[in-house]
Amino acid sequence: MQQFADLITRMDATNSTNEKVQALTDYFAVAPESDKVWTIALLSHRRPRRSLRTNELRTWAAQEAGVPDWLFEESYHIVGDLSEAISLIVPGNKQGNSGTLTEHIELVKALKGLSEEERRARVTGKWRELDRTGRFIFNKLITGGFRIGVSQKLMVRALSRHTGVPEDQLAHQLMGDWDPATIPFHDLVHVEESAAAASRPYPFCLAHALDMPPADLGDPADWMAEHKWDGIRGQLIVRGGELYLWTRGEELVTDKYPELHVLRDALPDGTVLDGELLPWRDDHPLPFQVLQTRIGRTSVSARALKEAPVVFVAYDLLEQDGADQRERPMQERRKALEAIVEQAKQNRLRLSPEVRFATWEDLAEERERSREMHSEGIMLKRRESVYRVGRKRGDWWKWKVDPLSIDGVLLYAQRGHGRRADLFTDFTFAVWKGEELVPFAKAYSGLTDEEMRKVDAYVKQHTKEKFGPVRSVTPMHVFEIGFEGIGRSPRHKSGVALRFPRILRWRTDKDIRDANTLEDLQELLHAHGQGAR
Amino acid sequence: MDMPLITFTDRGMHCAAADVYIDPWRPVQRAIITHAHSDHARPGMGSYLCHEHSAPLLRHRLGSGIAVEGIPYGERRVINGVTFSLHPAGHVIGSAQVRVEHRGEVWVASGDYKVENDGLTPPFEAVRCNTFITECTFGVPVYIWQPQAVIFEEINAWWRANASEGICTVLSAYSLGKAQRIMANVDTSIGPILTHGAVEGCNAAIREAGIELPETIPLTRETDPALIKGALVIAPGSAVDTPWANKLRPYSSGIASGWMQVRGWRRRSAVDRGFALSDHADWPGLNAAVRASGAERVITTHGYTDLFSRWLNEQGIASHTEKTAFKGEEVLAATDEESTA
Ligand SMILES: [Zn+2]
Ligand SMILES: [Zn+2]
Repeated sequence: MQQFADLITRMDATNSTNEKVQALTDYFAVAPESDKVWTIALLSHRRPRRSLRTNELRTWAAQEAGVPDWLFEESYHIVGDLSEAISLIVPGNKQGNSGTLTEHIELVKALKGLSEEERRARVTGKWRELDRTGRFIFNKLITGGFRIGVSQKLMVRALSRHTGVPEDQLAHQLMGDWDPATIPFHDLVHVEESAAAASRPYPFCLAHALDMPPADLGDPADWMAEHKWDGIRGQLIVRGGELYLWTRGEELVTDKYPELHVLRDALPDGTVLDGELLPWRDDHPLPFQVLQTRIGRTSVSARALKEAPVVFVAYDLLEQDGADQRERPMQERRKALEAIVEQAKQNRLRLSPEVRFATWEDLAEERERSREMHSEGIMLKRRESVYRVGRKRGDWWKWKVDPLSIDGVLLYAQRGHGRRADLFTDFTFAVWKGEELVPFAKAYSGLTDEEMRKVDAYVKQHTKEKFGPVRSVTPMHVFEIGFEGIGRSPRHKSGVALRFPRILRWRTDKDIRDANTLEDLQELLHAHGQGAR
Repeated sequence: MDMPLITFTDRGMHCAAADVYIDPWRPVQRAIITHAHSDHARPGMGSYLCHEHSAPLLRHRLGSGIAVEGIPYGERRVINGVTFSLHPAGHVIGSAQVRVEHRGEVWVASGDYKVENDGLTPPFEAVRCNTFITECTFGVPVYIWQPQAVIFEEINAWWRANASEGICTVLSAYSLGKAQRIMANVDTSIGPILTHGAVEGCNAAIREAGIELPETIPLTRETDPALIKGALVIAPGSAVDTPWANKLRPYSSGIASGWMQVRGWRRRSAVDRGFALSDHADWPGLNAAVRASGAERVITTHGYTDLFSRWLNEQGIASHTEKTAFKGEEVLAATDEESTA
C-alpha cells in the first residue's frame, strides 16, 4: 500500500507525461505481483464494485471527526471529493501505510457480506491505521471511483518497459475479460491460451483528423473511402459458439443489443468484425440521439427494440477462421469481409458501402452530402495498409464535415442574463491535457429547456468553488461543442480560440475520460486553423 | 444596555470609549494595527500603533512618512481610560492580538494567527477575555495541518531533487511572513536562497527590526546563471510563470499555501507542487484558541465565518459573524500579492 501511495503522490506531483510513465515503471519494479495486477486493473477501468453506501461513510466520518453531520457535509462540499474529504477530516497524523494494495482491495470486497457494525469497525479501523494518502486511496477503493491520473496508453507504455513485452501486444493482451482477483501477473502480460482469450477483442485502429488537403494523400486510386458513421464503434466476435460485442470504450455490451444475437449462428466461428452500431430503419441510419436512449440501459424494452433497432455496419475483418487478419492489406480484408456479409444474409449485418471516387474533387462533393447520409464525413483508408493498434498517422484519416466539433467536459458555469438570471446557462468546457483539464471554450446556446434545468441542478449540487458569479463544478459531464473556426491564441490557456462555439448536444453516453484532448484540438487547429496551410 | 466595547463600523473595528480603530480599512485618526499585511494595515491613518517589529514593515509598505509607534508585547497603553496591550499572534513577524480592557470587561481582537510555533515568529499566546474576535480563514474541519517539520521535509526533498538535476526551484509564497518562514526552516545546505524584489524588501525591513534571517541573495538581471541552477527562489505568486521567471528556466515551481491541503487545488494550480503550509490557524488551532481564551462570546470575521459560528453555538459558546474587509489567505495564493494576505 505504501508503494501505491507513493505512486499516487508522485503522479499528483507532476504534469509531465514522461515522469508519470517513469513513476509507474518504478512502481512496477518494486510492487508485489498481485498489486501490479490490481494497479493495471484500476488503470484500465476495472474497478472493484462499490461495496457499501456512501451515506454510511459520511456518517462514520463525521463521528470519527467529532463533528455534526451538517458540518461534515459542508466540508465535503468544500473539498469536492468524498474520499478526500474523509481522508482530511478523520484525525490522525500518522506517516506511512502497511499492508498491500491487494489486501486492502480484498478487505473492501469482503465488506459486502458484513453487518453494519462490522463494516463500520473495519472501515474506521483502517482510517485510524492509514495515513492521509492511504485513507484517500482506501476510500477510493470503497467508492469505486478511482482516477489515478494516467491514461491506459501510458500505463501500457510503463508496463512494456517493465516486462519487455511490446506495447501493441500488451494493449491486446489487456483487453477483454479477465479477473484481477485471480489472474497471475505473468499470465496477464504474456500470451497464453486462456478462457479470457475467447472473448478478447483486438485493440481498435483509430483515425487521425485529416490535417492537409486530400490531394496531398497522393493518387486517389490508393485510397478507399466510406462514410464516417455517427454511431458507436464496436467489435463483433464470434468464437467458440458464443457472440461477444465490445465497444471502443472496452465495454462488453452483448446483452444490451439482443437484436444482434442472430449473428452468432449467421457468422462462421472464429470471426471478428470491426464496425459501427447504428440505429437503423427503412434502409437509413437514424440520428445518434435515437441510439442514446439505449446506451444507459441494461435491459431493453420491446418498445426500444422497435423504435431504435440497431444494426452492425461492418467495415473491417480482423479475424477469419480463428486467424488474425490484421497484417493483410486492407483491400484483401475488405474483399473477404464482403463475402462474409454476403453469405450471412442478415439485415442486422450490413456492409459499410464504399464511396467510389475518381478524383479528390469528386470525393469533396460526396463529403458535402454527408449530412443527408447521417454521417459525420468521410473516412479514408489506404488500400495497402495493415490494421494498426491505436491512433497512428498515415493510413486512416477522418475527413469530417464542418461544423467542427469537439467533446469537452463542463468545468465552470455562470448565471444567465434577463429571463435566465436564475439558471446557470453560460458554460466553460475543457479538454484533457494529460490528466489536467484545460478550458478551451465558452458556450451557452444549444440545450433544450429540460436539459438546461438538469444541468442547472447539477451545477448547484456539484459546485466546488465560487469566484464571483462563476462556479467551478466537479467534472462529470461531456458535451459536444460545435464551432465555425479555430485560431491560435496565446492568451488562452489552451492556446486556441474558437469562433462561434455552441453546444451541439449533451453526450450522456460519454464518461469524462472519453472527452477530447488538447492534442485533438491542436490537430484541428493544424487542419483548419487560420493561416494553417 | 451598554454599548459593546468594540463595534463594527464601515471604517473598521471601533472602540468608541477610546475612539481608536483596530485594523481600519478607511482613514481614521487613530489606528492600532495587528500586523503589516495589506488588508490589515492600510494607508491614510492619522497615526499607527503596532508591535515594535511591525513598525519598520509598516513604513516599508505604507511609506516612511507615516506616524507610527512600535511597542513591545505586554506593554499597556491607556487611552481615555481604556487599556490596550499587544500579545503574540504567531502569524507573521510583528503580528499581535489586541487586548482591550474597560471597566473590568476584556475584549481580544485576534487579527490573523496560527498556534503552531514556526521557529521565527514569537508563538501565539492565549489571552483570557470575555469576547474574542477571531479570524477563521480555515474554519472547517478538513483543514488540519501537518506539523511544519513534515512539510519542510517535503520541500527540502523537492529542492534537493531539483538541485541534483541542475534545475532551479521556484517557490511562491507571500512576501511578508511565509517567505521568511520558509527561508528560516529549509535546509540551507542544499543551495543558495535567491529572492524576488518584493520578498527582499520585506527581508530588509525585518532585519532592520533586529531579527536575524538566513543569507539571501536578491535576484537581478546580473545574477550568475550557475548560481540559479541549484537555488531556491522565493517569489510572490504574481511573479511565477511570468516573463520575470524566464531567466530561471528550467525550473520546477511550487506554492506554499494552506489551500494546497486540497488535492483538487493542488492539481489545478498551474505549478508543479503544492505545499499545505499556512500562517493561519487550522481547525484544531481555532478551537484551541477559542477554548483557551475562556470567552463567553466569540465574534467571527474573515473565512468560513458562518460555519464556524454555527459550530461554536452548538458547542455552547455564543457566537456571531461580523463583516470586515479582511481577506484571509486568498484562494489563488498570492496571485495579487498587494491586495491579499
Ligand atoms: Zn487577515
Ligand atoms: Zn495576515
